[in-house]
Amino acid sequence: MTLDLLIQQLVNGLIVGSFYALIALGYSMVFGVIKLLNFAHGDIYMNGAFVGLIVFSFVGIWVGNGWLGVVCALLVSMLVVGLLGVVIERFAYRPMRNAPRLSILITALGASMVLNGTALALTGGRHYAFNTDLGFAGVDISTVHITYTQMVLVAASIALMAGMQAFVSRTMYGKAMRAVSIDMGASRLMGIDVDRVIALTFFMGSALAAGGGVMAGAYYGSVHFFMGFIMGLKAFTAAVIGGIGSVPGAMLGGLLLGLLEAFGSSLPFVGSEWRDVFVFGTLILFLVFKPTGLLGRSVVERV
Amino acid sequence: MTDEVRTMPATAQPRLMRWSVVLPGLAALACALVLPQFANAYVTEVATTALLYVVLCLGLNIVVGYAGLLDLGYAAFFAVGAYTSGILTAEFGFNFWLTIPVAMAAACVAGIIIGAPTLRLRSDYLAIVTLGFGEIVRIIARNLDITGGASGLIGIERPEIFGFKLMQVQHFYYAFLVLALLTAFVCLSVERSRMGRAWFYVRYDEDAAAGIGINRVTAKLQAYMMGAVIASVAGCLYAAKMTAISPESFTFNQSLLILLGVVLGGMGRIPGVVLGAVLVALLPEVLRGAGTYRPLVTAVALLAIMLFRPNGLWPDKRV
Repeated sequence: MTLDLLIQQLVNGLIVGSFYALIALGYSMVFGVIKLLNFAHGDIYMNGAFVGLIVFSFVGIWVGNGWLGVVCALLVSMLVVGLLGVVIERFAYRPMRNAPRLSILITALGASMVLNGTALALTGGRHYAFNTDLGFAGVDISTVHITYTQMVLVAASIALMAGMQAFVSRTMYGKAMRAVSIDMGASRLMGIDVDRVIALTFFMGSALAAGGGVMAGAYYGSVHFFMGFIMGLKAFTAAVIGGIGSVPGAMLGGLLLGLLEAFGSSLPFVGSEWRDVFVFGTLILFLVFKPTGLLGRSVVERV
Repeated sequence: MTDEVRTMPATAQPRLMRWSVVLPGLAALACALVLPQFANAYVTEVATTALLYVVLCLGLNIVVGYAGLLDLGYAAFFAVGAYTSGILTAEFGFNFWLTIPVAMAAACVAGIIIGAPTLRLRSDYLAIVTLGFGEIVRIIARNLDITGGASGLIGIERPEIFGFKLMQVQHFYYAFLVLALLTAFVCLSVERSRMGRAWFYVRYDEDAAAGIGINRVTAKLQAYMMGAVIASVAGCLYAAKMTAISPESFTFNQSLLILLGVVLGGMGRIPGVVLGAVLVALLPEVLRGAGTYRPLVTAVALLAIMLFRPNGLWPDKRV
């Protein structure tokens, strides 16, 4: 592997990895609070990309297809899809909170499929172009050209994650979130409005996924109803690698998975068509040898 | 917690013969036996599909209904069976009947690879890992040469029994009917066995089950593998019936339909599951004109059942 290829794959890995990290973070946060894998998370990411595209197309009429449009799309989509997350929690998860685990899981799956099915029905399964005009200016390292867009993408997702970490570790609501994740019953007795904290967690997790969706849509230039399926799976893998329930773990896991995938699929005997198999194999290996992930706590089931 | 703390009935073993179940069951069986004599090819074809779903749903019911594990990649085991049988007959000239034990073994191996690491962990992990597994099996089938790639495997040999070659829709209808009855019989016996009671126990209260000496990981793995084996046998027969299989027959949507069948009728109870399976098989016929709205209808059905009638249309009285 030459140096150029190395740098190129490093850049690709970091970009894909920061998308994974953003989505894994939402998984992890929701899991931390309600101890449930939110199956709908990948679909929320997909919805975020679509809402972003819609906003972008409207705003683009006035401000053009440049940075301003993308930022508007990002912010509006994060807000709208964050609220969508709250709605999903309210109607699909809250009524089931005390139901047997199997029922909750199937309901979560149902919610995910409704989002996915709605997107399919509305778009007819077509690919939609996300035509941005962000320029190709950038810096050259050796022969590898790295655009400013790529740098901004990575920086923006790191900033979002850092903001989230600050929120969880420094604010009153963040403290409430941590309390609920440790003991929901005791938190309620201490006067924490558990329902509100859970709703807030869904809002933030969904907003992050939407942010990832808009960035990925703008970066790859295409949005599709099925884009959330594999993404949800990979974000889950990233969350497991980092240690599910841990905010820094999700970031670490996302970036590591991105790099692993970029380098793994450039190996001669792997090839890009085996990329997803490679990622899945990694997940299985982690579940066998280090199910707690790199930064996580015990995940063995307890009642 | 309400559902979880309800006590198990004192006799986990219901009476073997209940006329309210046996009589309609016999009537349904009699109808099933004579159906191809009266129905046209289209109806027989749909009925064959329904029987295929009955087998698959009964198999998944062992995993979901009996042991309470969510398997979202059940079609993968169906694919393992279909491809094992297909490759062995089409490429290596095996006798169809000999491929069945090989397919069962292959499903067991796949079940252990996926189940052994994940079943020790929380049940959500199994759900999402099986989701991934379903997708991976499809990707592998699409990328390998031996599986025929994206266009699939063709020229699978039709099975022969005592010199009689299964050719027409009716023949496969009866073959699937036999398989469905066999599966139902296996489910019925396993449900009442020591292993089946262990599954129920693990499903209701894992800690209590562990407390009375049930190895819960082993119990879950047994359920998972038994489900896998049933799907693989269904896959063998499916491959023989179609003579051509492609990765697109084993998508996530397929797994979802099988799960819907189990949930729709009522998890854990054989008549409910059979009803669910038949309804699921009829779904594409009913929704023929719905086009891209079809997955949405499936999804809304699943969600509505879970929110408003979580025990299914024909629920298990014991829960």
